[in-house]
Amino acid sequence: MTRKRRRLYFVMLGLLGLGGGVALALTAFQDNIVFFRSPTEVAAGKVAANQRVRIGGLVENGSLVKNGENISFSVTDMSNTLKVQYTGLLPDLFREGQGIIAEGQMKGGVFVASEVLAKHDENYMPKEVADALKKSGHWQEGGVQAPPRQEGGAPSATPAK
Amino acid sequence: MHRFANPTTFMRIANAVFPWAAGLAVVLFLAGLPIALVTSPPDYQQGDTVRLFYIHVPSAWISLLVYGSMAVSSAAFLIWRHPMANVSARAIAPMGATFTGLALITGMLWGQPMWGTFWVWDARLTSFLLLFFLYLGYIALADAFEDPERGDKAAAILAVVGSVNLPIIHFSVEWWNTLHQPSIVKMGGFTVDGSILLPLFLMLGAFTCYTVAVWVLRLRAELLAVKLRNARMSEVSLSRMPAE
Repeated sequence: MTRKRRRLYFVMLGLLGLGGGVALALTAFQDNIVFFRSPTEVAAGKVAANQRVRIGGLVENGSLVKNGENISFSVTDMSNTLKVQYTGLLPDLFREGQGIIAEGQMKGGVFVASEVLAKHDENYMPKEVADALKKSGHWQEGGVQAPPRQEGGAPSATPAK
Repeated sequence: MHRFANPTTFMRIANAVFPWAAGLAVVLFLAGLPIALVTSPPDYQQGDTVRLFYIHVPSAWISLLVYGSMAVSSAAFLIWRHPMANVSARAIAPMGATFTGLALITGMLWGQPMWGTFWVWDARLTSFLLLFFLYLGYIALADAFEDPERGDKAAAILAVVGSVNLPIIHFSVEWWNTLHQPSIVKMGGFTVDGSILLPLFLMLGAFTCYTVAVWVLRLRAELLAVKLRNARMSEVSLSRMPAE
């Protein structure tokens, strides 16, 4: 075996080992890498009371109640719904049907949020195109992806594309 | 591939590519910038903030492309000791760092009005920040030794090891849920309307041609630096000779 060939195998084996190691580490830390939990995961008891977490989903249509700065709304992933309370300013993209992520903790069945972020989806289009899609009935709301692992076959929060 | 190990052959090809890349970059910027910044329609949700997309996405694309090229040439340097491979990687590293920084900055400027925050530690943003540090680490390591050849080897190992991060960056938005939106490339097309896709493609082409052109310029400079170093070293050894 020439030295060049030996170095080639060494680099390839090294990369393979490194890649495998990183893949194992990322799989092991899966729970910490996901940015938010879905209402289904909360309903399944995966989130302890008073534990600081982020939850994500779509703002349920007709659930938004504004009372000055006191805001309450429901977040849904189409199979489970979670009530959220929040006091403060909402991002511009926040509205019913929009994907959002809220950070806070569960308190007696209600998620008390200290921060609300709007999630933007990967669909970019001018206003005229959006209006035309709405008119023709091809419009689909939603931007929050489903979490990678879905217990009990929970459907995705994103409507079929 | 081994043909390109010859510096003369390598530079002949690079020099032939240069006028085309530079000329095309100028044409694409002149065509793309007015469309991207002025005439293309505002997005239905983002309004004019969508124009950051035309800088952000090409910058991120160049960041990944440059790192990929650095990883491949660093591997070629480690395995076959190609004398041009390390020069090429050294020459292009600052470009990668600059565009990674630009992608991070434009992303933050977009995130504040759209998400409501400059920064979150989700998988995409975190892995992309790591890419920025990998670039800085590579540049620092390559110049850290008195003997540049030792720096070449250490930096090449870092570049190859860091390439594990590339698929993580790309697939982070699919493997985990993130605040960052998923890829605009979907099975069978794009999730972006044609009027927004056109300036994006023009800018992607412009950024790519610009990067290739500057890479050739930096290659020339790196080779001159090597020549200068060698000339100085032979001068030093010559002047010492008679004293012995």
